[in-house]
Amino acid sequence: MSRPECQFHLALGSRFENIELVQVVLDESLRRLACDDDTRYWVGIAVREAVANAIKHGNHLDPGKKVEIDLRVEGEDLIISVLDEGNGFDPGRVADPLQPENLLKPDGRGIFYMGKFMDGVEYRFRDGGGTEVTLRKRITSGVAIPERNQEGER
Amino acid sequence: MKIGVRQRQGVTVLEPKGKITIGSGDIALRDSVIEALDSGSRKILINLKDVSTIDSSGIGELVAAYTTVTNRGGKLKLVGLPPKVSDILQITQLVTVFEVMESEEEAVDSF
Repeated sequence: MSRPECQFHLALGSRFENIELVQVVLDESLRRLACDDDTRYWVGIAVREAVANAIKHGNHLDPGKKVEIDLRVEGEDLIISVLDEGNGFDPGRVADPLQPENLLKPDGRGIFYMGKFMDGVEYRFRDGGGTEVTLRKRITSGVAIPERNQEGER
Repeated sequence: MKIGVRQRQGVTVLEPKGKITIGSGDIALRDSVIEALDSGSRKILINLKDVSTIDSSGIGELVAAYTTVTNRGGKLKLVGLPPKVSDILQITQLVTVFEVMESEEEAVDSF
């Protein structure tokens, strides 16, 4: 599948308001790929988390440091990478937000969101600095959301 | 993101509109809950019907609000969850923490 018209590269300063710009560009690309509303919504949420993490934890809110976002299509897969200028972290040490002792913690859910809403999440730590998170989504796949019962509850 | 504030039968009803996301809506939500507590309210209902997006920071602020209100002897409940906000609370298992009501009337009567 070759869909160059849907691909983009953005390089933005580390400001939270730039997340809205990413969201707009991403959403338009996903529309061109004929992604349904749910897919656009959940992929959008996952990418917001990746960019927010890059701005906050990677670049420590330094507006002079860049976050680079790339979207491309490989076969049936949507590939979105987010690169910051940070020193990386150990994904294995990120606490599980579903554990009872973490349930009432106000932070620590961003990586969990990404894993839940995408089909794959990979981290790469570049020599000399820079953390790249790559999000992969099969364009035809949905997001596994628990079924509602007949009364609208879960 | 804007947050409407009104009183209904002794309950402070907060109505955020738009996105509760990092750097904007999350802080506004925090401020409005603190303001309600500081003005003496201990019954706080957040009506989420006009919330379009809530990211992990927004969820974190809801959790922080719940903890803060509870620690100050109050009660915080939720109502009007749009389907995708409800999905998020389900995925994060926070439905087991929050008291989620079906209607505002029922919620107000339940305090």
